[in-house]
Amino acid sequence: MWTWFHKLASPPHVYRIAGLLVPWFGWVGGVLIAVGVVWGLRFAPADYQQGDGFRILYVHAPSAWMSMFTYVVMALAAGIGLIWRMKVAHAVAASCAPIGAAFTASALVTGALWGQRMWGTWWVWDARLTSELILLFLYFGYIALRSAYDDQQRADRASAILALVGVVNIPIIHYSVVWWNTLHQAASVTKLARPSIAPEMLIPLILMFFGFNIVFGAVLLTRLRGEVLLRERNADWIRALVAQP
Amino acid sequence: MSARTGILRGAALLIERDLRLAFRRPSQLGNPLVFFLVVTTLFPLSLSPLPSQLRDIAPGVLWVAALLSSLLALEALLKADAEDGTLEQMVLSGQPVVMLVAAKTVAHWLVGGLPLVIISPLAGLSLGVTPQALWVTAEGLLMGTLTLSFLGSVGAALTIGVRRSSVLLSLLVLPLAMPLLIFGARATDLAIAGESATGPLNLLGALLVFTATLAPFAAGAAVRIGVE
Amino acid sequence: MSLMEFLHMGGYAAYVWPSYAFTALALGWMTLAARRAHRNALSAARKRLAMEKSAS
Repeated sequence: MWTWFHKLASPPHVYRIAGLLVPWFGWVGGVLIAVGVVWGLRFAPADYQQGDGFRILYVHAPSAWMSMFTYVVMALAAGIGLIWRMKVAHAVAASCAPIGAAFTASALVTGALWGQRMWGTWWVWDARLTSELILLFLYFGYIALRSAYDDQQRADRASAILALVGVVNIPIIHYSVVWWNTLHQAASVTKLARPSIAPEMLIPLILMFFGFNIVFGAVLLTRLRGEVLLRERNADWIRALVAQP
Repeated sequence: MSARTGILRGAALLIERDLRLAFRRPSQLGNPLVFFLVVTTLFPLSLSPLPSQLRDIAPGVLWVAALLSSLLALEALLKADAEDGTLEQMVLSGQPVVMLVAAKTVAHWLVGGLPLVIISPLAGLSLGVTPQALWVTAEGLLMGTLTLSFLGSVGAALTIGVRRSSVLLSLLVLPLAMPLLIFGARATDLAIAGESATGPLNLLGALLVFTATLAPFAAGAAVRIGVE
Repeated sequence: MSLMEFLHMGGYAAYVWPSYAFTALALGWMTLAARRAHRNALSAARKRLAMEKSAS
C-alpha cells in the first residue's frame, strides 16, 4: 500500500510524475486565477467602507497565505529529508524557497499599497507586518545558506535546520492579529463561525486561493524537475532521458 | 572529559576552558565592549548632542549597538575550535552535543555579553537615559544579550564550514533577533517615560527561556552536520 | 460601467492596479524562472552527455 509513497523517493519517478502533472496544475490554476481576477475586479460589489480599494484583498490575501503555506511545505520537506535522508525531499525544500520569497514580497507590497490608502501609512512595525518581513528575511537567509555550501549534502542538511528553526515564525504571523492589537485587521474568512464577508465577495476570493495554490504546485513541480536534474547529474537515467532527441 | 563525566561537570569544565582561553588574549577580551561603546558614541556625533533628542533614540541605539556587538563576536564561538579539530573531538567525546553547545554559548556570553550589561548604565547615561530607566535597560540587556548568544549559536553552528561567514551569519541571526530588539527598546522607552516596563520585560524573559531551551538542540544538530 | 469607470476603481486606481501588477509580476517571475531553471538543467545534462560521448 505504501509503494506509492516509497516511489516518491525515486528521482526518476518523481521527475516523470511531476512532468505529467505540471500542465494540468498550470492550466487549471491559471484559469481559476483569471476567473477570480475578473470576478473580483469587475463583478464583486464594492465594499461599504473601503469602496473599490478593498479589491486589493483578492491579490493580497492569497499572496500572504501562500507565503506561509510555502514555508510550511519547505519546512516539512526539509524535516522529511533530514529524518529519512531523502534527497527528493531536500530538492522540494530547495525549490520552495524562491517561490515563497516571491509570495512574501507580493504580500508585503500589496499590503503596503492597501495600508497607505486605507490607514495612511505604508508601513507600521506591528506584530503581523514585522513577522511577515522576518519571513522574507528567513527565505533570503535560507537561500544564502544553501548557496554558501559547495557540498550538496551539507547544504541540504544545514538549510533544513534553518528552515525548521524558522517555522516558529509561522504561527506568530498567523496568530499575531489575535494576540496583539495590530493595525492589520483580524481574520474574516477562517473563523469557524460563518465568515463575516458577503458571499458575492467571498467566492472570487476562494477562487483566487485555490488558483494560487494550484499554480504554486505547478511552479514547485517545475522547479523540482530542474533540481532533480542537477542533483542526479551523473545518473544513468538522465543520460537515457537526454539521449532521446 | 570522557563519556563518563556527568553533564553538569562536563559543562563546568567546558565553560572554564573557554574562559581560560579567552583570558589568554586580554586585548581581544575588550573588543565587543569597546565596539559597543564606540557605536553608541557614533550616534550623538552624527545626529545631535541635544539630550532631549538623544533620549528619544537612546533605547534603539543601545539595543542596536548590543546586537551588532554580539554579532561581531559570534564567529569566535565555534570557528576556532572547528578549525583545529577540537570541536570534532568534543563531539566524539561522547558528551551530549547539546550540552557542549550550550556550555560554549554561556562562556561566550560571559565574556562578550555580560560586560555589555554591566557597562550599559554608563552608555545609557551618556545618551541621556534617565537614571530610573537605567536599571530596566540593564535588566533588558541581561536577558537580551543572553538570548542573542543562544540565537547566534544556531547561526554560528550552521555556518561552521563556510569561509568568511560573518555576513551570512548576520543575515541568519538578525531576522530572528528582531522581536528581541522591539521588546527591548520598548522596555527602555517605557521606563524613560516613567511607565511600568513589566510587559516587554516579561516578553524578553519568555524569549530567553524559549531560546535557551530550544536553540542548543538546533545548534547541536548543526554542529554534528558541520563536523562530519 | 464604462471602461473609464472601471479603470478608475472608485478613486483607488493608484493602489489597486499597482497591486495587481506586482502580483502578476511575482507570479510571472516564479513561473518563468522555474521553467528557465529546468531548461538550463536539461541543456547542461545534454552538454555533459555530448562531452562524454566525444571523450570516449
